[in-house]
Amino acid sequence: MNRSPYISDAPSVSTIMLKVLLALLPAIAAYTWVYGAGILMSIAIATSTALITEAALLKVRQRPIKPYLMDMSAVVTAWLLALALPALAPWWLVVVGTFFAIVIAKQLYGGLGYNPFNPAMVGYAVLLISFPLIMTKWPAPLSLAQQPLSWTEQLTFIFQQTLPAGMTVDAISSATPLDYLKTQLMLNKDVASISQSPIFGRFGGQGQEWVTAGYLLGGLYLLQQRIISWHLPTAFLLALTAISGAFYLADPSHFANPLFHVVSGASLLCAFFIITDPVSGPTTPKGKLYFAAGVGVLTYLIRVYGGYPDGVAFAVLIMNMCVPLIDALTQPRVFGHEK
Amino acid sequence: MNAILNLASRLLPGLGRHDGVHAFNGGVHPPEHKNESSNVPISQLALPKMLVLPLRQHVGHMPKILVKVGDHVLKGQLLAEAEGTVSAAIHAPTSGTVTAIDEQIIPHPSGLPDGCITLTSDGLDTWAPFQPIAWQQGDKKTLVDSLRRSGIVGLGGATFPSHIKLRSNGQSNVHTLIINAAECEPYITCDDMLMRERADEIVAGIEIVKYLLGAETCLIGIEDNKPVAGTAMRAACQQGQAEVKVVPTLYPSGDARRLIQLLLDLEIPSDKRSTDLGVQVFNVATVLAIYRYFAFGEPSISRIVTVTGNVSRPQNFEVLFGTPLSDLIQAAGGALADTSHFIMGGPMMGFDLPSSQVPITKAANCIIAAKPDLFPAAPPAMPCIRCTRCADACPVNLQPQELYWFAKSDNFEKARDYNLFDCIECGCCSYVCPSTIPLVQYYRYAKSEIIATDKAQEAADLARERNEFRLARIEREKLERAQKHAERAVANKTEASAQANAAEVTPSARPSDSAVTDKQAAIAAAIARAKAQKLAGSPAAEPKATAPSKAESLSTPADKQALIAAAIERAKAAKLAAAQAGLAPKNTDNVSASVQAEINQTDAIREKARKLNELDSSEPDKG
Ligand code: SF4
Ligand code: SF4
Repeated sequence: MNRSPYISDAPSVSTIMLKVLLALLPAIAAYTWVYGAGILMSIAIATSTALITEAALLKVRQRPIKPYLMDMSAVVTAWLLALALPALAPWWLVVVGTFFAIVIAKQLYGGLGYNPFNPAMVGYAVLLISFPLIMTKWPAPLSLAQQPLSWTEQLTFIFQQTLPAGMTVDAISSATPLDYLKTQLMLNKDVASISQSPIFGRFGGQGQEWVTAGYLLGGLYLLQQRIISWHLPTAFLLALTAISGAFYLADPSHFANPLFHVVSGASLLCAFFIITDPVSGPTTPKGKLYFAAGVGVLTYLIRVYGGYPDGVAFAVLIMNMCVPLIDALTQPRVFGHEK
Repeated sequence: MNAILNLASRLLPGLGRHDGVHAFNGGVHPPEHKNESSNVPISQLALPKMLVLPLRQHVGHMPKILVKVGDHVLKGQLLAEAEGTVSAAIHAPTSGTVTAIDEQIIPHPSGLPDGCITLTSDGLDTWAPFQPIAWQQGDKKTLVDSLRRSGIVGLGGATFPSHIKLRSNGQSNVHTLIINAAECEPYITCDDMLMRERADEIVAGIEIVKYLLGAETCLIGIEDNKPVAGTAMRAACQQGQAEVKVVPTLYPSGDARRLIQLLLDLEIPSDKRSTDLGVQVFNVATVLAIYRYFAFGEPSISRIVTVTGNVSRPQNFEVLFGTPLSDLIQAAGGALADTSHFIMGGPMMGFDLPSSQVPITKAANCIIAAKPDLFPAAPPAMPCIRCTRCADACPVNLQPQELYWFAKSDNFEKARDYNLFDCIECGCCSYVCPSTIPLVQYYRYAKSEIIATDKAQEAADLARERNEFRLARIEREKLERAQKHAERAVANKTEASAQANAAEVTPSARPSDSAVTDKQAAIAAAIARAKAQKLAGSPAAEPKATAPSKAESLSTPADKQALIAAAIERAKAAKLAAAQAGLAPKNTDNVSASVQAEINQTDAIREKARKLNELDSSEPDKG
């Protein structure tokens, strides 16, 4: 029988997923530092929801449960969603989002390898459409809060949405820089004066910058490990820089500089962890460039002209829809074939 | 930093690593495992008692057997000669007696038995007399034709008959000869050892092949993990017979098209052969065999085989074709206790041998004793996660994940559109797949399905064409027959009335027998008329013969005529049918234009059918 090759040298799917989780740790550490340990609880809630729903669905679909749970892809989805949600998101929000991500976006499409849409982004988008208010309300970084919440107070807030006596939600929350910029621009302020606000840090959001740096670190690790290809983050960041740069050069008082866009919101999470989801992304090298550039441009346009402060989730989902087309149109030249 | 370097190396492939050597996409670098078998010189194997020689050790047609059971043969004697264009001869590897000609298990992935000649050695190893062939001044065509009797095939594993690759029909445009000494598969060291030990003979072979091809230059491609061999070859090429080029160790650099790309930066179009672009590729061991054939008249009766893996003393042996695998394993110190089976070829493209009793053939470059630790079974396949590691590794720049998707869903048309048939089954994609999907097996499956469907389709087309043709012929013949009969009837009628007229006139001339003649003539005329009507198929009334009994006897000649006409018709039809079936010798002297056209058409169909059967003996340019 011909069953060669007899040898192989490939990390297993679980190894790849574990490395992605590992790559998220710096950002999670920074997140915890900036916003408090509440994120750890969100991650825990998301992870358990993901594993339970995944197992249940596998059972319903009569698939082997253990190998598919062990592939860790559900956990990656859970962590990404938890990180994308506002800090101190109520527990049920995390559960609903994860449920949509795993059940609707992944298992109902056939499970690992078959989902056309990025599960975490589906979960995120469903929540954003259903609960826009909660989804756009971020707590202020601990360093800016008038009265930082303790770990137990954060837990209480996550599970019961109650605050210590005498505290208001407004006291602990603040607009994100992207949100703030958008609303203030509508009030005819110019970018320079808007960014005087204490929520702005050196490059982007105060504190948020550190989380972003964590994503960058993890992303470089994934590149070095060849878990992700350079095409995606490079094209995304270049496209985002190019389009925001063009607007910025045209009118610096109304458009934030490219660096702000790159370090704000979910840009780097998207660049290294979201669009690099292999299943819902394109497979050809050129396709990856187009896809990522498309996400970059759409993200910017939604941020500036759309109804939501950040555009990553919708940009990714829209580009997910184009993947079959992109793949078909960007087939690389096969050895010995004409262009 | 690493990431940036990786990025740079991807953007600038082959960055300054090997002078003058180019790059192909992807490739993998599995653990080499070559040292195990390459630190002992090539050994000779003791003469086996019994040799089993598969008749088909090459790509192409079965050769014609020239011996019968009981014949005593000498070493090197021709046992079977090449038959048809693509075929290779088989020789006796030692002297002895032919003890069987039957089907036996051969070393082939199918595990099916095939025709073999069994030779029982007489232990004397007596050579048949041989003459060297003076090639230096020889007519190239004659020399190449003589190679048909050498039994030499590509020894890199492709086993394509060498004389075909050297055939030029006097208009060779091959300018560059490439010697494939990359030996990129792990474990295999037979070419490495051959170059270390017999570089001079190889280079002598290169000169012959260069002469036969009319090639001006020769490049020898060796992977950089064989420095000793490289040095030996360089030393042997002092007079500039060839240039040694070191290529990076990257599987599958030994694939002919990849090697050409590496050495010449020339991408052979997928629908062309390398010779179309003036390049021909030979394996090192093959040129050495060619040298020995011309220098000593020695046909192809042995080869170097690497025996490695789970054996006590891995090494290379010079092995007579037909030697039982078990003898070879024994010579390597025997297989260790936990050996599960044997693999022929390397771990990337080899296959499981059906038993340890199979004979060593011209294709056997390496035998690996396998054990579960060495080649652990792959864990159950997971779904494809579209990570494109496979595409990054594919040396043909295919999209293996798409091919897999199409093959799995039996969407063969799509698979073909995505160039499934450019896949060289190198296994790089499976090697790097995190989901451990047996990708190559899917491709083999899809390819065989497509080929089978194509053949069935062509056969169906052919049958339909034949049937349409047959129906048309029947229809036309019917028409022709009807027309002929009508003509004959008219002729008969004219004749009969002429007779009748004559008879009418006669009475006055010869009144004595006028009564009889008159009567007879009248009857004859009536019968003829009736017959003519009947033959012409007209629904005329029955003849009102006045004397039926007499009329009957009279009608005989006309009846006979009709019978003869029918017989001729039948014979014609039979001849036509025979010509169509390809049975009868073509006698095209006496046929009408329409019949000739028919025969031509039949020939065309037959030619098509023949081509169809030869579909899979197209030439691979490996080794
Ligand atoms: S390497 Fe395997 S899992 Fe990855 S894309 Fe190829 S077939 Fe799919
Ligand atoms: S086996 Fe075929 S598809 Fe896979 S890497 Fe080799 S050529 Fe490419």
